[in-house]
Amino acid sequence: MSDTVDTPVLAGATRLPEPGPLPNHLQLTDDGQLRHLLTIEGLNRDLLNEILDTAESFANMNEKAVKKVPLLRGKTIVNLFFEASTRTRTTFELAAKRLSADVLNINISTSSAVKGESLLDTLRNLEAMNVDMFVVRHEESGTAHFIARHVAPGISVLNAGDGRHAHPTQALLDMFTIRRHKGDFTKLKVAIVGDILHSRVARSQIHALNILQTGEVRVVAPCSLLPANVDQLGVHVYNDLDAGLKDVDVIIMLRLQRERMEHAHLPSEHEYYQLFGLTSRRLQLAHPTCLVMHPGPANRGVEIESAVADGPHSVILQQVTYGISVRQAVMSMVMGAHQS
Amino acid sequence: MKTPDVPTLLDRMADQTRQYLARHDIDNPMVVGIHSGGVWIAEHLRERLGVERPLGKLDISFYRDDFSRIGMHPQVRPSELPEDLDGVHVLLVDDVLYTGRTIRAALNELFDYGRPASVTLAVLVERDGRELPIAAAIVGEHMELGTREQIKLRGPEPLRLERVTLETDGDADA
Repeated sequence: MSDTVDTPVLAGATRLPEPGPLPNHLQLTDDGQLRHLLTIEGLNRDLLNEILDTAESFANMNEKAVKKVPLLRGKTIVNLFFEASTRTRTTFELAAKRLSADVLNINISTSSAVKGESLLDTLRNLEAMNVDMFVVRHEESGTAHFIARHVAPGISVLNAGDGRHAHPTQALLDMFTIRRHKGDFTKLKVAIVGDILHSRVARSQIHALNILQTGEVRVVAPCSLLPANVDQLGVHVYNDLDAGLKDVDVIIMLRLQRERMEHAHLPSEHEYYQLFGLTSRRLQLAHPTCLVMHPGPANRGVEIESAVADGPHSVILQQVTYGISVRQAVMSMVMGAHQS
Repeated sequence: MKTPDVPTLLDRMADQTRQYLARHDIDNPMVVGIHSGGVWIAEHLRERLGVERPLGKLDISFYRDDFSRIGMHPQVRPSELPEDLDGVHVLLVDDVLYTGRTIRAALNELFDYGRPASVTLAVLVERDGRELPIAAAIVGEHMELGTREQIKLRGPEPLRLERVTLETDGDADA
C-alpha cells in the first residue's frame, strides 16, 4: 500500500496499488516490537525467532486437556474476511478463543460490500464497537497495510492474506514446521514448487527463509508461473522439477489455482502433473528424510500425488495444527506491544 | 547486609516440609516449581525429600494478571506437568513470595491440569508486601525489605540470594 493512499476504498470494488517495500514503520513499534503483522519483509531474524519461540510455548499448551489461557481475556478480535477461507479463518478464530478473546467473524462479501459501504466506513463502525484487533483477508494486495494506516491507535491488524502480496502467518507456520522437524535453517535446502507467480504464500515464505538464513532456497516452476524478477528474491530458479528436487531437505508444494489454466498459463492439468507433480518416484530424488509441505488445500493428482500427500514424509496436517500456535503467538505479541 | 545462605535455607525448608507432610498425612506429593527460580529450588527440595514423582515446572506467563499493562513476557518456557493433577497433593515451590500475584497465576494454571487434592506453598524467602490473601506454609526465611528493595535468586549453580536496590519504586510480581 502506498503511503500516499488515504482515500476511502470501496470494499472489493476498487483495485488498491501494490504495497510499498518498507512497511516497518507501520508494523513495528519504536523499540522494534510487533505492532501489526502485515508482511515478513523487513522483519529481522531475532523477531522471527521470538515469534517461533513463543509459538513453541503455545504448541505445548495446545496439547493440554484445557487449551485455553486467560491472556487476551476481555479483548475483541474481528475476523474481517473479504475473501473466503475456511481453514485460515478457523485457525485464527481458534487461536483467539484459546487466548480467551471474543471473536467476531464478518464476511464482508455478504454484508457491507453489497450495501455499497466503504471499507473505511466499515472500519469506523467496528472501531466504534471498541474492538482490539482486525484479522484481514482481501483479494487486493495492500489492503492490510491500508487498514493498518487508518485504524485507531491501540488496534492491531494481522494480514491473513492480501492478493498476491503476502500471507505472513502462513509463512511463519511453515517456518515453525521446518524448525520443529529440522532445526537449524542454515544447513537446509528448501524447494518451493508450483505457482510462484500468483502465490502470496511463496513470497512470504521466500522472505522468511532468507531472513532465517536458510542454506539454499530454490523455486521450481514453469517459466509461465514465475515472476519476472524472481532472481532478485535471493533464490535459485529451476524449471525442471527433477533437478530442483535433488537432495533437498524440504519441499513446499503450492496449490495450483485451476483458474490459471484458463488464462493460458498452462496447457493442461494433466501436463502440469506430468512435469511438476510431486510423485513418489520424484520424492526419491530428495534427501531421504525430506519433509513434504503444502499450505493447502492440495489438488491431489494435479500438484501432488495422494500417496505423497498422505505419506510418511508429509507434515501437511501438522502445518494446520501449528498454525494455531503461531497465530496465538502473533496475536499475543501484537497486543502486548500495544500495552507495554 | 548479608543475605542468607541458600543451602541452609533449603535444609530448613526440607525439615519443615517433612513435618508438614507428616502432620497432614500426605505421602509422595508432586513437587512443582515456578520458572525460573522456583524450579531450581523445587529440584533441590525434591532431592532432599526423596520424592519419587517427577518434577513439575510451571511458566505462569500466560496466566499473569498484568498482561494488559506490560505485555508479553519475552521468554516464555513451556510448562511441564508430568501427569494429571486430579487427586494429587501438590507442593508448589517458588523462590520469593512478595505480592502473591505469581502464586495466584500459578494456582489458576495448576487447575487447568486437573483438580489437585491439595496445594501447599513452599518458598525460599517471603517478604512483606502481599497484595493478595496468599500465605506460604513452608518458608526458608522471612525478610523485611524496603519498597525499593528486592531479593533475587541467582543460579542455577551455585544458588545465591542477592539484595537489589531499585532506582524507582519496584513493581515486582513475586
